[in-house]
This record gives sequence, C-alpha cells and structure tokens, in this order.
Amino acid sequence: MSKPYKILIGLEVHAQLQTNTKLFSGMPTTFGMRPNSQTSPLCIGMPGTLPVMNKRAFELAMKAGLAFDCTLSRFTKWDRKQYYYPDLPKGYQISQYDLPFAEGGAVDITIEEGTKRVRLIRVHLEEDAGKNTHSDKKGGDSLVDLNRAGVPLIEIVSEPDMETPEEAKAYLETVRTLLRDLEVSDCEMQEGSLRCDANVNLHITKPDGTIAKTPIVEIKNMNSIRAVERALYYEADRQYELWQQDGKVMGEAPKQTRGWDDARGVTIPQREKEEASDYRYFPEPDLVPIVIDDAWIERIKAEMGETSGDRIERYKSEYGLSDYNADVLVTKGRAVSDYFEELLAQKVEPKAAANWTINDVLSHAVGRVKTIDDLNPAPKELAELIGMVKGKKLNLNDAREKVLPAMVESGKSAPEISKELGLEVVLDTGAIDAVCDEVINDPKMAKSVDDFKGGKEKAFGALMGQVMRRSQGKFPPDMVTKTLREKLTS
Amino acid sequence: MTLIQESATRLVDQLRAGDVSAEAVTRAFCDRIEAVDDKVKAFLHYDRDAALDQARAIDKKRQSGASVGRLAGLPIAVKDILCAKGMPTTCASKMLETFVPPYDAHVIGRLREEDAVFLGRVNMDEFAMGSSTENSAVASTRNPWNTDCVPGGSSGGSAAAVAACEAPISLGTDTGGSIRQPASYCGIVGLKPTYGRVSRYGLIAFASSLDQIGPMARTVDDAALLLECIAGHDRHDATSANEPVPEYTKEITAPIKGLKVGIVPDHFGEGLDPEVESAVRASLDVLKDQGAELVEIDLPHKKYGIAAYYLVATAEASSNLARYDGVHYGFRAENFDGLIDMYCKTRGQGFGDEVKRRIMLGTFALSAGYRDAYYIKALQVRRLIKNDFDAAFATVDVICAPTAPTPAFKIGEKTDDPLSMYLSDIYTVSTNLAGICGLNVPCGFSKAGLPIGLQIQSPPFGETVAMRVGRAYQQATDWHTKTPSL
Repeated sequence: MSKPYKILIGLEVHAQLQTNTKLFSGMPTTFGMRPNSQTSPLCIGMPGTLPVMNKRAFELAMKAGLAFDCTLSRFTKWDRKQYYYPDLPKGYQISQYDLPFAEGGAVDITIEEGTKRVRLIRVHLEEDAGKNTHSDKKGGDSLVDLNRAGVPLIEIVSEPDMETPEEAKAYLETVRTLLRDLEVSDCEMQEGSLRCDANVNLHITKPDGTIAKTPIVEIKNMNSIRAVERALYYEADRQYELWQQDGKVMGEAPKQTRGWDDARGVTIPQREKEEASDYRYFPEPDLVPIVIDDAWIERIKAEMGETSGDRIERYKSEYGLSDYNADVLVTKGRAVSDYFEELLAQKVEPKAAANWTINDVLSHAVGRVKTIDDLNPAPKELAELIGMVKGKKLNLNDAREKVLPAMVESGKSAPEISKELGLEVVLDTGAIDAVCDEVINDPKMAKSVDDFKGGKEKAFGALMGQVMRRSQGKFPPDMVTKTLREKLTS
Repeated sequence: MTLIQESATRLVDQLRAGDVSAEAVTRAFCDRIEAVDDKVKAFLHYDRDAALDQARAIDKKRQSGASVGRLAGLPIAVKDILCAKGMPTTCASKMLETFVPPYDAHVIGRLREEDAVFLGRVNMDEFAMGSSTENSAVASTRNPWNTDCVPGGSSGGSAAAVAACEAPISLGTDTGGSIRQPASYCGIVGLKPTYGRVSRYGLIAFASSLDQIGPMARTVDDAALLLECIAGHDRHDATSANEPVPEYTKEITAPIKGLKVGIVPDHFGEGLDPEVESAVRASLDVLKDQGAELVEIDLPHKKYGIAAYYLVATAEASSNLARYDGVHYGFRAENFDGLIDMYCKTRGQGFGDEVKRRIMLGTFALSAGYRDAYYIKALQVRRLIKNDFDAAFATVDVICAPTAPTPAFKIGEKTDDPLSMYLSDIYTVSTNLAGICGLNVPCGFSKAGLPIGLQIQSPPFGETVAMRVGRAYQQATDWHTKTPSL
C-alpha cells in the first residue's frame, strides 16, 4: 500500500579503524579484554599527558575517503568537542569540527530500480569514548571501562538521500563491504566496530498538495543492520501517526533523540548526555594540523588496489554480468568476489560462475564470510561439478539440489557423490530411443499423443514427464525433448 | 663564597673536578632550606633523605668511573606542575592533593639522565594561574628580599628558592610571564624559551598553546646550562620542534657589539613605575656601552595583548581543567547525590577562586553565540601580534623592555582586584601569544630594596641571542651577585 509520505533518511556511521593501537596512544585496541587493562595514563586523561597521532589510523581514514570518492582536504586539523561524561576522561573528545579530512563523495547502492547514489556530506576522524555500565539497582554503582577510550573511529555522514529503510540497509551493506575490502574496518556491529545513527523525518503530501515536513528525529542504539531497518519502519509510522494527531512540523518541535529498543521494537526518547549540546569546539592545541600532499594520496591509492566500485564496473564490462550479479558478487565482500574469480580461473564461464556463486554457494555459507575458505565447496570442486553439468553428465537440478548440498556436507567430490546417489546422466541414445518409443506406444498415453499431433502443444509436457520418470531422471532433458519431438512429428 | 652562593656552572665544575661531593653540595642546600624555608615557604614537598640518597648514588657512580650526566650532583628545585614518577605533583591545588604520577615529564626524565639531584617540589599559583603565588591552595610564598611582598607568580616558588639560595637552579613554567615576572620580582634570571623548544610532555596543562617550561637561575650561564639539558625534540609532544639544540653555554659568550636592540617608546609610558623605568633605561645604556645599537621600533597591536591573552588562555584552561571531575583520579567530594552533583561539588570544593574564575571566563569565551566575538577574535589579534614581532625582528636582533611594570607588591595588595593583578603581565603576555623567546635579567633595585628586571625578547629559536645580550649585561653589572639577607 503506498503511503502518503516520503521518508528522508540520513545516516551517521561510525566505523572503528582496524589499527593495532589507539588514535593518540600506543595502547592496543583489542576487543573483549579485561576492563581497563588496555589503558595508559593518556587513556585515563591523566594531567600532563599529550596525544600523538597514529599515522596508520590517518592513512586508513584516507583510504576510506578515497573509496567514497571524497575530496581529501589538503589542510586538516583536530578540534576538541567538550562535554562531561564519566566515559570521557579528558572532558573532551578529540574530533574534527570545521576542517574534516574528507568532504563530499558518494556511495552507490543497488536497489530494485537499479543503482542509486547516496551523497556524503563529510567523513571525519575522532577518538572513541569508554563504556559505562550502570547497576540496575537504584543508587547502585556505575562502572567505567576505558579500554575503548581513544580507539580511532571515522564518522561518515550522509545526505538525507535514502527514501526507504531498504535503501538504508543497502547503504550500510555497501559501506561495510567497502571498508572491509580495504581492511579499513572489520565492521562488526555486534562488537560495536560499526555503529549507525539515523536522522529521519517525513515529507507528507497533504490533501491540498502541499508538503508537511515532520521534525527530524535522531535514532540511536541500533545494533544490527536489521535493527536499523526495523527502527526506520517503526519511526516512519510513529511520526506519521503523531503528525496526524498534533500536526507539528519542523521548527515547531525541537530535534529529538530516540533510542531503539530492539526487544520491544519501539523507539523511546533518550535522556541527553548534557542538558544543552553546546560542545564549545575549538582547535586542539596539543596536536598540529595535517597537510596532505599529492604524493601521499598517490601512495595510499597504490596501497588500495581496485576499489569495489571499480570491480563492479569491471565485472559488467569485462564479463557481461548484470547490474545485480556484479553488485552482489562485490558487495558481499572480497571473499565472494575472490571465489568468483577463482571459478573463472578454473575456466568456468562468467555467467555460470556468477549464478552458481550467488544462488548456490552463498546460500550454503554459514556465518560471516571472511575469507575464501569460508565458502564451500572449494572453487576447484565446484568447477568440476559445473563441468559435469555442462558435459551433460549430470542434470542441473540434481547438481543444485542434491549433489552440491552433499558435497558441502561431506566434503566429497562431485563424481563421487553423483555415483553414490546414482544421479549420473545416461548418455545412451539407444536407451532414450527405446523409452521414447515405449511411451508413445503406451495405450495409456494415446490421448496425449493424439492431442499433441492435433496441435495441443501442452500435451508434450505429459509425454516428456513420462519419459523422464521412466528413466528415473537420468536422461538429459534436452536430448529427451529432441528425440521425442522428432518421433512425434516424423 | 659558600657553596649555596655559587653559581650552578661553578658547582658543576667543582663536582666534576672532584673538589666537592654531590652529597656535600646537596647537604648545604638542604641545610639552607631547613634554615630559611619557614620564612620563604618556597617548598611544598622536600625530602632531605631522598635528596641525599640521590646525591650519594651519583657520587658513587662518578667514583666507579662510569660516565655521568652534565648536571651530575647539581641540586635542582622543580615547580610542582611537572609530573615526576613517584613524587607528589599537586599543582598547589586541593584537586591534586594526593596525586602521584606514574610517569615522568620529559624534562624530569632529561634531568634524571643528566644526574641532577631533586631537592623537592616548589610552590606556585594553583594550576599556574596567578601572578603572585597567593593562589596556592597550600601557602603564600614570600619574596626573599622582603617577606611582606609576593615573589611573583605563577613560578613564585621556583624564583624564591633560587633567590634565597635554597637551590642553585630551578624549573619554572611560563604561560603569560610566569617565569619572567617572578624572576624579575626576586632578582634572578628566568628564560621562557620559544614555544616548542622544550617538550611539554608531563607539564600539567594550563593553556596548551602558550605553556612553556624554562630555566630559572642566578646567572644567564646557568640558565643556558639547564636549557641545553632540557631542550630538544620529543616524540611524545607533537608541538615540540624538531630543531637542533645549540651549545648555548658556548655560543652565548660571543660579544654583542653590532647587535640591534629594539626599543618600543610606548613601553615607557603610563602605568610604568618610575624606578623601574630608570633602571631599565640605565640597563639600555650598559648595552649601548658594549657596542649594541638601540633602534626604536613599534609593536602596533601590543595594547590588545592582555585582552587576547586572557581569552585564549582561559578558553584553553577551561578545556584542560575539565578532566578534574572526581571520576578517575584526584579529589572527589565526599557527599553527593548523583553524577551532576558529584561533578559540581568536586569542582566547587577542589578548585580555588582564581581557577574557577578563569574556567568560567574561558567557558564563556567558547560558548555558542560568544565564540566568534571573543575566542575567534582573540585568535585574530594573536596573529596580528605575531606579525608585529615578525616585522620587528626583520630589523632588530632583540627587543628590550621592562619585565613587569612595578617591583614586587605586598601580599594581599591585589587579591581583591584581579584586573590589576592581570596587568602585572602587561609586558610579558605577548611573548607567549607570539610563541617567541623572552628572558629576564636583574637590572637594579628600588629604593625599598626590591629587585627590578629587564626583559629581552628574541625571535623564535633565538634563545642564543637573548642570552648573549643577557650575559653581556651580567658581565658588566653585579646585580645578580647580590643575595637577600634572611
């Protein structure tokens, strides 16, 4: 049912950079360690400590900026964003305010209608805060873990270019693939290395044709891509219902922050960190500005290799793949496109390789595919199976429905499995002739034969089915079709 | 001459020659501290046994034939703002009353490598905010020349300890004049190096873009010796400069004939004490006698220095001091109801009035709606002031001026008038805003017997030329040889 409104969604994505050490100190960034075991005096905000920039983190951020086609600033600097909270030991976060390292850029996402461009406003670098754990008991203690404090993050801010929760989902998946492929971030939403806040409002078309814009709401606390999608659906409905009740539009109500409650499936108003959010930004005097020159950019580009956008284009132009197939192979991650390319190396024809990878191999994959080894069977094994189908030694349905699952399950080869299951296609033309004759001459099939000869094309299906049944599905269907047709029309 | 009256340079020579032991030198200064510090109140933390242990260890090291550092056996007093592993580092604040850093400041590490002996920690205005050391949460340090007067500030303890011969040298920090003004009030040498010359790592920040650590001593040679040991690049401080460190002790001995000394006529105008004026003018004649050429110059934006300084410095301070929230270390109020109340009570009880005043000023200057009119405007003024100095140093080698508009004032005289207190920094703040180098050398006494100081400013990384001029002046005068009777 089409709704009388358009949803406008802008996403702020925080991705943790895959560095060994923190953004401004030499402490490790390992996830899941004993609380406060990954801290130095700097992480605790002790007086007299000074930040020193992790160049590797900056370079990973540059890669992200280049992958998103941003303009890298030639001169960029650090700023302090100030607020009080126990997980922020210095009383300020080192971030970037008016001169982020990357501006503009876009992410191309694939949706049903084709490719859509989501524009980016900016990408900037900042340090993460620690983590507070509050006791459920009233008056209970709150615990602060600063292991995460100072871990490098990039914040990717999009324009409100997404119009459906599905587009938001596609955007997040594309961003995730890009960052994972470049080894910029491992993007584990569960571990918090990818976080997403959404800004959402509605443009409602009123009966008189004018547009009412609802106040913008920021949604936080969404811990999976699925949660983002659900929260956006919920929030759109909620805003529409609220507007129907109070009629309030942008400017008539303050911008609100709401948290997603995944268990209840609702967004709820969030208590703000500070009464008013005047962050009193000013340039970080403990760090020097960064000047980016062409040589540095070229060096980073050389390290990056082919971007996922480039790869999608190559798959389309070089192998003639559809938009959809090229996009899936690339956006499902480097392991998937490596798998596809490995099949090509095994002389599998590109379209078949793409179909098998997307429709079969991926559907058997369990859990997150990180490397090519997480995909089964091995490309060489699959190539053998595809070869059997092509050589008409096995029919396609059996290969997909029976042989492949058994290969994944048992690790045995395609010939072994098909022999075990008795699925090898018989290529004995004499046997095909005999069974076709048998069916044509069967009195029970006489009506179908007469119908077909009388011009009822439909009747062919029944005859064909009989032949296949009697062969126990071992005859290649195309050969049966050919033989049967010849015999009936001769 | 007794050991405590010797210059650091002479003491180091005697220690090296084996004429005197580190233990004997240290004991002499410890005895002096014990004799006079009840009157001076320079030391916040002093540990005779620890100092003597260090001294004996150094003597042993030297006797064993191992190579020793350039300051081996020389006692030093350290401003209580420089973190030293295992030593209390309080910033003269209740907030850090119990704080013992788990790490050394870069300069402390350097001094350890040079085998200096740490006598103890000396007093200051709380978090280096003040010009009289009256803002210490512990005690007011006295001016050794007149114990009814302030020693200046914020490095008042560092200045008084050297003036009172409780230490041959000391380390201070200077954000808007905090080394030079107390040096002037106490009649000693104090150098604020170029921003970036000395690593700030482990210096508890007041205003990060202005703070600089520097030497305080009785002679320019001693200051050069100490600077030579602490200057240089440090990878832990992104703002420390990767500039080679000259052999200051050698290079400053060059004569000053032909050097151009810039004089700003406006510096000798309204608000300047006549006794200070005549002492500073007389010192210019001394420089002229040595072959320096006096050149009149203008620094058109200098009158905006104090205003710009108190916006930039307080803005940065409001941010730097946000970390003292009672959560992670340091003081925490005892009774509170919830997080916000804990913040408010901790900061309300832990900070003194001047610190709170500056945090409020700085917070205001950075607040939405005021940021452009105050903080951003101050940054623009700062740039103009820097441009003034760049233009001036295109024609002169150094600029000479009074260090402070008056000699030391009485304790309590200005505590109720912060603005008049701020104006005691009028000649010094622009040095920090411009990031250049500034040196104080004693250049006379008032009729009341209080010291007067001459300020010598030089371009970035021009420590050598400032000290050349200062040293030449001390060669021709004997102000620095006088010691107060306590």
